[in-house]
Amino acid sequence: MSRARADEEEYWHSSKFRAFTFDDEDDELSQLKESKRAVNSLRDIVDDDDDDLERVSWSGEPVGSISWSIKETASSSTSSLEGRDSSLQKGSSSYAAFPKQVSSYSLSSLFKGELCLSLSALSDTGVKNYAPELRRPKADYKDYSSDWSPKDTVRRMQRGKVCSLERFRSLQDKLVLLDEAVAGHDGNVITAVLIFLKRTLKREILFRELEVRQVALCHLIHFLKETGEQKLLLDLLSFFSLSFQLSQYREHLNIQDVEKRREFLKGCIGLPFSAEDTSHIQDHYTLLERQIIIEANDRHLETAGQSEIFRKYPRKASILNMPLVTTLFYSCFYHYTEAEGTFSSPTNLKKTFKIPDKQYVLTALAARAKLRAWDDVDALFTTKNWLGYTKKKAPIGFHRVVEILQRNNAPVQVLQEYVRLVEDVETRLNLATKYKCHDVVIETYKDLKDRIQLTAYKCKVERGSAEEEKINSILNNMVRNAY
Amino acid sequence: QAIVWDEYLTGPFGLIAQYSLLKEHEVEKMFTLKPGRLPQADVKNIIFFVRPKLELMDIITDNVLREDRGRSPQRDFHILFVPRRSLLCEQWLKEQGVLGSFIHREQYSLDLIPFDGDLLSMESESAFKECYLESDQTSLYHAAKGLMTLQALYGTIPQIFGKGECARHVANMMIRMKREFPGSQNSIFPVFDTLLLLDRNVDLLTPLATQLTYEGLIDEIYGIQNTYVKLPPEKFAPKKQGEGGKDLPTEPKKLQLNSAEELYAEIRDKNFNAVGSVLSKKAKIISAAFEERHHAKTVGEIKQFVSQLPHMQAARSSLANHTSIAELIKDITTSEDFFDNLTVEQEFMSGIDTDKVNNYIEDCIAQKHPLIKILRLVCLQSVCNSGLKQKVLDHYKREILQTYGYEHILTLNNLEKAGLLKPQTSGRNNYPTIRKTLRLWMDDVNEQNPNDISYVYSGYAPLSVRLAQLLARPGWRSIEEVLKMLPGPHFEERQQLPTGLQKKRQHGENRVTLVFFLGGVTYAEIAALRFLSQMEDGGTEYVIATTKLINGTSWIKSLMEKLEPAPF
Repeated sequence: MSRARADEEEYWHSSKFRAFTFDDEDDELSQLKESKRAVNSLRDIVDDDDDDLERVSWSGEPVGSISWSIKETASSSTSSLEGRDSSLQKGSSSYAAFPKQVSSYSLSSLFKGELCLSLSALSDTGVKNYAPELRRPKADYKDYSSDWSPKDTVRRMQRGKVCSLERFRSLQDKLVLLDEAVAGHDGNVITAVLIFLKRTLKREILFRELEVRQVALCHLIHFLKETGEQKLLLDLLSFFSLSFQLSQYREHLNIQDVEKRREFLKGCIGLPFSAEDTSHIQDHYTLLERQIIIEANDRHLETAGQSEIFRKYPRKASILNMPLVTTLFYSCFYHYTEAEGTFSSPTNLKKTFKIPDKQYVLTALAARAKLRAWDDVDALFTTKNWLGYTKKKAPIGFHRVVEILQRNNAPVQVLQEYVRLVEDVETRLNLATKYKCHDVVIETYKDLKDRIQLTAYKCKVERGSAEEEKINSILNNMVRNAY
Repeated sequence: QAIVWDEYLTGPFGLIAQYSLLKEHEVEKMFTLKPGRLPQADVKNIIFFVRPKLELMDIITDNVLREDRGRSPQRDFHILFVPRRSLLCEQWLKEQGVLGSFIHREQYSLDLIPFDGDLLSMESESAFKECYLESDQTSLYHAAKGLMTLQALYGTIPQIFGKGECARHVANMMIRMKREFPGSQNSIFPVFDTLLLLDRNVDLLTPLATQLTYEGLIDEIYGIQNTYVKLPPEKFAPKKQGEGGKDLPTEPKKLQLNSAEELYAEIRDKNFNAVGSVLSKKAKIISAAFEERHHAKTVGEIKQFVSQLPHMQAARSSLANHTSIAELIKDITTSEDFFDNLTVEQEFMSGIDTDKVNNYIEDCIAQKHPLIKILRLVCLQSVCNSGLKQKVLDHYKREILQTYGYEHILTLNNLEKAGLLKPQTSGRNNYPTIRKTLRLWMDDVNEQNPNDISYVYSGYAPLSVRLAQLLARPGWRSIEEVLKMLPGPHFEERQQLPTGLQKKRQHGENRVTLVFFLGGVTYAEIAALRFLSQMEDGGTEYVIATTKLINGTSWIKSLMEKLEPAPF
C-alpha cells in the first residue's frame, strides 16, 4: 500500500507526465496547427484526449481508506491488465510510456485518479507554466476558425467545451441545432441552445417552433422558472394555455400580501382546470377570503381586550393561509356558539366547504376538549329521536372519542362516561383498565359474570375504597346466586 | 490552496477522497459555501467545488464581489463544476460580471461514485423527478456516460437488457456514443456479462413499501446519507460508573455503515427479525473470547491473547453500536402505529381491499400524521389497484387538501404525472395478474433463514428484483405477457466482442450482471440482489448501480412541490 502510494507520488511529481494537466490540449493543438486543415480527422483524437475516458489515471492502489475493490475482478485481472494498457496506447503515442504498475484495480481509483489530476492541474506550478491568458485566445480562435456542423457543435458542447453559436444565422440552422441538442438528451446543451434562440429569434417564431418540440418547451419553461423571468414565462404559458394552468396557480405562493394573493386566486378560478381541480381552487379562494374577514375581526377583538376567550387564550398565530381543518378547529375554539349566519361560525364553515360529519366531529371534539367544555362534548354526541328520547351516537366510534379526551387530560368522571359507550367489550375493557375507569371495568366483568377476573382486579383498586366495596358486594351476590 | 465546498458534495466526495489525501495535494483549508465574505486564509488559490445550480452561482458571485481587492497577495479563483460545466451557470456568472475572476473553469465528471464493493450511485437526487415531471433527461445522459466509463475500465458488456422508456434511451445513447467514438472499442476482457437497465417507473410499488431489512429500516427511520447515519445520542452514552447522567451527549451520533465492518456486513441485509439472534450469538462469542484470558497460563498464550485484543475490541465496540441501533429500531417497530401501518401496506400488496377508502388512512389524515406518510400509503394503494376508482381518489384528494392545505394540489398533480396516483382508466386492475405471475406475494416467508427474496419486505418480493431474477433464469420470454402490462418497452441489445475476448465459461463459474436502476433503488432491493448473488445454485452475481439511493420518504419528498415556508 505505502509502496504504491510512493510510486504514485513519484509519478505525479516527475516532470515527464506534466502533460496531463488540463492544458495539454493546447500543447497538442499547437503541434497539430500546421497540418490542421489537411488532417481534419486528427481533431477527433485531440478531442478524445481530453475526454474523461482517456484522461483517467489508473495508477495503482488508491490512496486513503477507500479500497473496496470489486471482488469479481480478481480472477480475470491478468488478462484485463494487458487489455487496459493497450487501450491506453491508442490515440497519442505519448501515452505509451505509461507505467505498468497496476496491481489491482478498484472502482474508487478511477475517481481518485481524476481528482488528483484536477488538483495538480491547479497547483502553483501548473498555473505558472501555462499562463491562462495565453489559453483563451487560442480557444477562441479554435471556435471561430472552424465551421462545426450543428451535430459537431452539440457534441463539443456535451463535452463541456465553449462553442460559439452565433454562426448559426438562418432559422433553419437554428432549428437543426435545437433538434440535435434535444436528440442528445443533454439538458445543459438544450438550455444553452434555447438561450441562444431566445435571444436571436422573434418571440412568436420561437413559440411556434416550440409547439412541435415538447421536450425543448419543457426545458425553456423550467429555465424561465429558475431564472425568474416571469413576464416571458407567463407569455409562454398563455400562448400554450394547455395543461399549464397549475403552474400559473403555483404563482400564488410567491405573493406575500394576502389581499393580492386573494385577488390572484380569484383570477385562477376562471382558468380551464378539470372540474375537480376547479372546485378545489374555488374552495381555496373562498377559504382565504373567509380567513381575511375572520382575521380582521378577531385581531380587533383581541386588541380591544373585551372578549373573555381571547384574553384567556391569546392567539398564537394568525389564521391566514392555514388549511381548512385548522381553520375549522380555530372557529370551534373561538367561535363555537355563533349563529350559522356569521362567517366565522363552525356550522357555516361545515356547510360552505361540505366538510364530512366525521371530520367535523373530530375537529369540534378536539377543540372543545382542549377548552375543557365537557357540556359541549356531551352535546356533540347527543341526538334526540322523534319521540324525544336522547341517544348517544358518535360517527367516529367512541374509542376514538376516549382517545382524544384522554389526550386532553379529561377527568376520569368524563372519560368513563364515554368508555362505557364503547361497543366492543374487549376494547372497552382495555380502555377502561388503561385509563383506570374502575367502575366500567367492574360493571363489565359483572355483566360477563367473570368472578376470576373480578377477584383479580381487586388488587388494582385502592384498599378500603368505594370500588373495593363494590367488588366485594358483587362477588357476594354472585356467590349467593350461584347456590 | 483552499477549497470552498458546495455542502451537498462533501458527502459523496468523502467517499472517494479523505482530507489527508487532499492535504497531500496541498489543500490547506476547506470551507463550506455560504454567502458573505470568504474566511481569511493564507492561500493563493481558492477553488470552488460546486454543482451547476444557479442559486449556488449567486453565492459564489457574492463571495467573489466581497473579496478584498486590495489585499496582497491577491487570491486566485477557480471553479470546478461537478459533474460538469454548465453553460447556463457560466452565462449567469457573466451577467453578474464575475466570470472573468475565474482563472480556471473546469468540470470534474463524477458520474458513478462507489458506495460499496458492489454498489455504485450517481447521487443525483432529482433524476426521477427530472425524467418524469420535467422531461429533462440530462441524468440519463450522465448515466450513459458513466456506463461508458465503466466499460472503458471493465470491458465492453456483451449483452444489454432493459425495461422502460428511460432504459431504452440510455441504451440508445450508449450505442450512439460507441459509434461516434471509435476509440471506445477496447480490448479489455469483460468483467460483466450482462447489463440490465431498469426504469424506476416499471416498479413504482417497491419503494413505497416500508423496508424491513436492518439497513433498510435504519434508512427508513434515520436516513442514511452517503453511507453515514446520524442517530439520537441517548443510547450511546458511555456507561461508566460515577459519571452516570451527568454528561449525556447531545450531539447526534454519527456512524459510517459499510461492508468494511464485519458485523455490519453480516446483518445489514437480514430481515430485522433475524438480527437480534445474530447479535446475541456474537455477544456470547465475544465474551467467551474475553474470558479466555483466565485460561491463559503460559507467556505464549498470554502473548497470543494480547495480539488478538485490538481485533476483539473493535468487534466489541461494533457489537455495542449495533445493539444500540437495534434497540432504537425495535422501539419503533414494536409501536402500535408501525404495526398498523405495516398491516395496511401488506393488505394492499397482497391485494386486499385496494378498491375502497381505507379506514387507517382516513384516521391518519384526521390525526394529521406527516403528509408524506399519507401520500406513501395512498400511492401504494393506487399502484396496487392499477389506479384508484375516481370516487375513492377524489375522496382522498379532498381530505388531504382540506387537512394539509389546498396548495398541495400541486404535489398531488406531480404524483399523478409520475403515475403514482391516478384514476383507474382502463377499468381493469392488472396488479393481481402481475402479482400472481411474478409471485410478488409469498405467504410462507421465512425471515430467519430465507429461501426467497420476499424476506426483505416480510412477504412482498420486490418486482424489480423479480425481473432481474427471471431474466437470469429462465429468461424474459417466459413472462412476455406481464412485461407488456408494465410500462415502457423491453428490449435486448448485443455489443459485438472481438473473438479473443469472448468468454468461455468454466463449469460452475458465475455470470456477473450489472443492474442499473434508473430513478433510484432502495436498500431492500439491494439486499434482495445480494441474497440472489449468494444463492448456491444461483449462478449469477449482481453488481448494482443507480442514480440515487432512495426510500419511499425521500422519493416522495423529491416529487413534492417545494412550497414557500409559512410566514410565521
